[in-house]
Amino acid sequence: MLKQNEITVKEPLFRVIKRSNISMPKAWFIRIAAAALSLIVCAFVVMSITGDNPLSVYLGIVDGAIGSKRRIWVTVRETLVLLIIAVGLAPAFRMRFWNIGAEGQVLMGGAAAAAIMIYFGQSLPNGILLIIIFTASILAGLIWGLLPAVFKAYFDTNETLFTLMLNYVAMQIVTFCIVFWEKPAGSNTVGIINAANRGGWLPSLFGIDYGWNIVLVLAMTIGMYIYMRYTKHGYEIAVVGESQNTAKYVGINVKKVIIRTMMISGAICGLAGAIIVSGASHTISTSTGGGRGFTAIIVAWMAKFNPFAMILVSGFLVFMQQGAIQIASQYGLNENASDIITGIILFFLIGCEFFITYKVELNRNRKEAH
Amino acid sequence: MELLLTFLQKAIGQGISILFGASGEIITEKSGNLNLGIPGIMYMGGISGLMAAFFYEKYAEVPHPFMGLLISFAATLIVSALGGLLFSLLTVTLHANQNVVGLALTTFGVGFGNFFGGSISKLAGGVGQISVATTASAYRTSIPGLSEIPVIGPLFFSYGFLTYLSIIVALSMGYFLANTRKGLNLRSVGEDPATADAAGINVSRYKYLATTVGAAIAGLGGLYFVMEYLGGTWTNNGFGDRGWLAIALVILALWKPINAIWGSFLFGGLFILYIYTPGLTRATQELFKMLPYVVTIIVLVVTSVRHKQENQPPGHLGQSYFREDR
Amino acid sequence: MNNEYAIELKNVTKRFGEIIANDNVNLNVKKGEILSILGENGSGKTTLMNMLSGIYFPDSGQIYVDGREVTIRSPKDSFNLGSGMSHQHFKLINVLTAAENIIWGLPGAERIKMNQIVGEVNALCDRYGFDLNPTQKIYDRSVSQKQTVEIIKVLYRGADVLILDEPTAVLTPQETQKLFNVLRNMRKAGKSIIIITHKLNEVLELSDRVSVLRKGQYIGTVPTREATVESLTEMMVGEKINLAIDRSEPGKPELRLDVRNLTCKNREGISVLKKVSFTAFSGEILGIAGIAGSGQKELLEAVAGLEDIESGEILYHAPDGSIEKLSEMAAAEIRDLKISLAFVPEDRLGMGLVGSMDLTDNMMLRSYTEGKHFFTNRKKPKALAERVVDKLAVSTPSVETPVSKLSGGNVQKVLLGREIASSPTVLMVAYPVRGLDINSSYTIYKLLNAQKEKGASVLCVGEDLDVLLELCDRILVLSGGIVTGIVDARTSTKEELGLMMTGSKVGGQKHA
Repeated sequence: MLKQNEITVKEPLFRVIKRSNISMPKAWFIRIAAAALSLIVCAFVVMSITGDNPLSVYLGIVDGAIGSKRRIWVTVRETLVLLIIAVGLAPAFRMRFWNIGAEGQVLMGGAAAAAIMIYFGQSLPNGILLIIIFTASILAGLIWGLLPAVFKAYFDTNETLFTLMLNYVAMQIVTFCIVFWEKPAGSNTVGIINAANRGGWLPSLFGIDYGWNIVLVLAMTIGMYIYMRYTKHGYEIAVVGESQNTAKYVGINVKKVIIRTMMISGAICGLAGAIIVSGASHTISTSTGGGRGFTAIIVAWMAKFNPFAMILVSGFLVFMQQGAIQIASQYGLNENASDIITGIILFFLIGCEFFITYKVELNRNRKEAH
Repeated sequence: MELLLTFLQKAIGQGISILFGASGEIITEKSGNLNLGIPGIMYMGGISGLMAAFFYEKYAEVPHPFMGLLISFAATLIVSALGGLLFSLLTVTLHANQNVVGLALTTFGVGFGNFFGGSISKLAGGVGQISVATTASAYRTSIPGLSEIPVIGPLFFSYGFLTYLSIIVALSMGYFLANTRKGLNLRSVGEDPATADAAGINVSRYKYLATTVGAAIAGLGGLYFVMEYLGGTWTNNGFGDRGWLAIALVILALWKPINAIWGSFLFGGLFILYIYTPGLTRATQELFKMLPYVVTIIVLVVTSVRHKQENQPPGHLGQSYFREDR
Repeated sequence: MNNEYAIELKNVTKRFGEIIANDNVNLNVKKGEILSILGENGSGKTTLMNMLSGIYFPDSGQIYVDGREVTIRSPKDSFNLGSGMSHQHFKLINVLTAAENIIWGLPGAERIKMNQIVGEVNALCDRYGFDLNPTQKIYDRSVSQKQTVEIIKVLYRGADVLILDEPTAVLTPQETQKLFNVLRNMRKAGKSIIIITHKLNEVLELSDRVSVLRKGQYIGTVPTREATVESLTEMMVGEKINLAIDRSEPGKPELRLDVRNLTCKNREGISVLKKVSFTAFSGEILGIAGIAGSGQKELLEAVAGLEDIESGEILYHAPDGSIEKLSEMAAAEIRDLKISLAFVPEDRLGMGLVGSMDLTDNMMLRSYTEGKHFFTNRKKPKALAERVVDKLAVSTPSVETPVSKLSGGNVQKVLLGREIASSPTVLMVAYPVRGLDINSSYTIYKLLNAQKEKGASVLCVGEDLDVLLELCDRILVLSGGIVTGIVDARTSTKEELGLMMTGSKVGGQKHA
């Protein structure tokens, strides 16, 4: 009886519904599909620049990441560094403390390691030297994490910006130190420290060059998993992160938890600095962090703060980065190509979480059903 | 006197990039989006303007400075707006975490800038440093006549048009937010999107628009840097961390674009103070370069200790909004 | 086209995941009438109205406005069709003025002419009898003024159909009467008003017709003059239930809490409690009444050691005769002294529980510090969670389910269950039945009474005065942080409480 053509507005085309739950395989299917899609897009980007076919681009990536024994070890080494930073960030993020100062905490740890190596590298036996190096790095990172935490706890100072600014303060401290440490004079770089006697270098373990790196990082990863899941501290972190009101209500000392957790977070990032300097690069510069402090944030977040998932995510990202570096040199491109590729992959992985949390339905056109 | 004048002039020159970035970030944050991708977007804006000018000068028979200016200006606006659009797509439509998307966008954008900046001449078949002197000369043209007045001339009238544009943008943004309906609507979206939604305001559209426009404005900061500051060249990572300083400036300015103007000059001054301070060694210079960051931290701490109601960030900053969340 | 009905809903259905919020609902409202929509919490009233105002989009069904089928995609569409909603949780922005709140979102000249707008708002106020200053910011206004802004916002948009969601929930009886007069004026002016409520007395007093929803289902519509409290309750609940709350006489009261001249300030330095003094005894329920934000929350939190105390003292008299000064202790110290003080806060998922954690972990909140171990022990909390689920009939898939997935009533049972597990000597509850359906509410009342009979001293902050008068032994009334009276619940009336809530001390003595 009513005229249907009087309808002025149309229904929306899509409806978005929050999923009540999603099965594990389905969630992983979405993630893998997104990763695959990102690879296709990356290949197109590289293709459009180089003009080569996608297959050889992929082969180049695989070759760059695991094409030789040395490359495999580089990939492993870089994964370990990214992983331990992400592990260090996990408790802070679980507490909803946006520590984006990992870059600075790593740098401070690295600078402390380099200082010990330079000033005591010739005079102390390696075992004692390494203990001092790691202690100093952990302390340096810890202090860099403690500062913003104290202000957050007592004055609710925005930690995102505080930690961000500390990154640049740390960089300036490192450039300041380089003035005194530079070798040869005037080069503005430190060079390989103690190249002759390998003082303060992490020795190989079981005949593997990065053996200690593997042991240390995996131990921290497992330790962090247990700490967050099964200890009272971990429980407090979770409560503070979910609701500070609840934490206060049950008598948790929120200030103490914030400060303690950030000390741990900073300390692990400082340790990462020692692993880089003493265990891998044997030098120090402002790019010792290499942006990994920022990438690790994304790793930690995408792994939902689960240290084991972080192994997967950081492994995948480093694989792609190393592959991209290979592509870049293969086609004579600038090495920053790897940042572009990392960025594209991240956009897809971040975006796909939406389809895990929500369901999109196409609206059936009601008019046709009439 | 002479030295002070040069110092002020250079401080303003340093501040303009940061002012563009901060203005863009303010309007973005007013919509409730915390876009940490601004540093990357500024790199993207800078390189795309430079590339557009480069290809124009390469292929035009007689490149005209004004055409170069138009083309590079448009390229910067478009590319940086696309960056903002991508951020909006991921955070507004796909509800992704804003911090994470922002950091990814910065990784991408800095890589984008350095990649093309580092390989543009190679891709174009040439070698050596790229330079777009013709276009840059248009950007560097100051107001004739006025700039010759002693003291006042160099201090106020010796800059290219982007400098004045940055101040006009900041002033009109202040007016827009305080005195117009759309400004009022935008503020309400940032304060409380659910409420704005119930009042019939299209929350997503405001967030998209503010973020995209904000990104375009921020991109001009990159353009200013390559064209007016560097004179039409690129150095990898040359832009440095000015993008992060822009984000810091938003807080210093308490989300008011007008405060951002003097704040940017202050930052610019701190940035180059080491050059004008006598008696510094190479090492102590490095310590002086810490100043902008240390000052930001101090301001951050002081405002948080004072905790004034009207100086707080937009109520819903950093959170995504889904209408049917329950 | 002239049509009798302003709005008609036909077979409207809305789902949220697996929950059906509205199942084939039919409803209509005539021009110039007041229609009540009655239903318990969770019956789908608000969801239904949110679809009319464009906040949700229906899964199926038709909506007719003035006889025309329409599609309402957004609140804007809804305004264009001449309907507007005033929400239970005010949709106002605190940092803006009333006038700014009224106009934002509206089309118009881009440059805002504030003087003209203020004039228009004042004209509306005069016409319907509101009392409002348009240039004042929202954050320093009373709840009833905020509500006024909400309603004017809708009127300013020229709405012919007004939807009011629980408009009286936060008002005193006197303010409620004032609002009803305004609504009657609007009806005279030909507007249609839909009022969502669960208060039967108001339905009977104000509306022309009543539509009843139950668990998402449309039950029916009756003219108000043919309805009674009993008939409506039956429609609403689906069965005849006894609305009386059993109240036992307090047995052997012993002093438990002695609060003397308690003064607390908030972060802005404004006193939220001023020289509050009272005593609470074992085996009784002390009700605490007041307009929202009169200091109820701060009072309970001060006793629980969560609020900084400016001056005054809180003394706890333990059953063994010892006296502890709670006013000098923080929450953790009270816990460590094993003083069995239980507290069910107003914000259940934001304070009492952690929404994303499961039942076991939520039980652990109170007990995780036990023992010297570095590691947590989940055995005991798990056993407690299972006991609570079993004893209080909590409906949950398992004890591993995050509490945020449970319904409001079950969340409250989990919280209350944990708090009474320690056999508290003092039990404080804030708005214990807010958001709960009738059956759950009565379960909660029974639990409170059981605690009272076990000898606990129960402090209960409530908003429904009818319930407080039936449940409590004594009622303390707060107004602006000041105690305006402590009365015997058995002999007092709602009107007396209402007067005290607005600041009149007992005996007619006026207080600023």
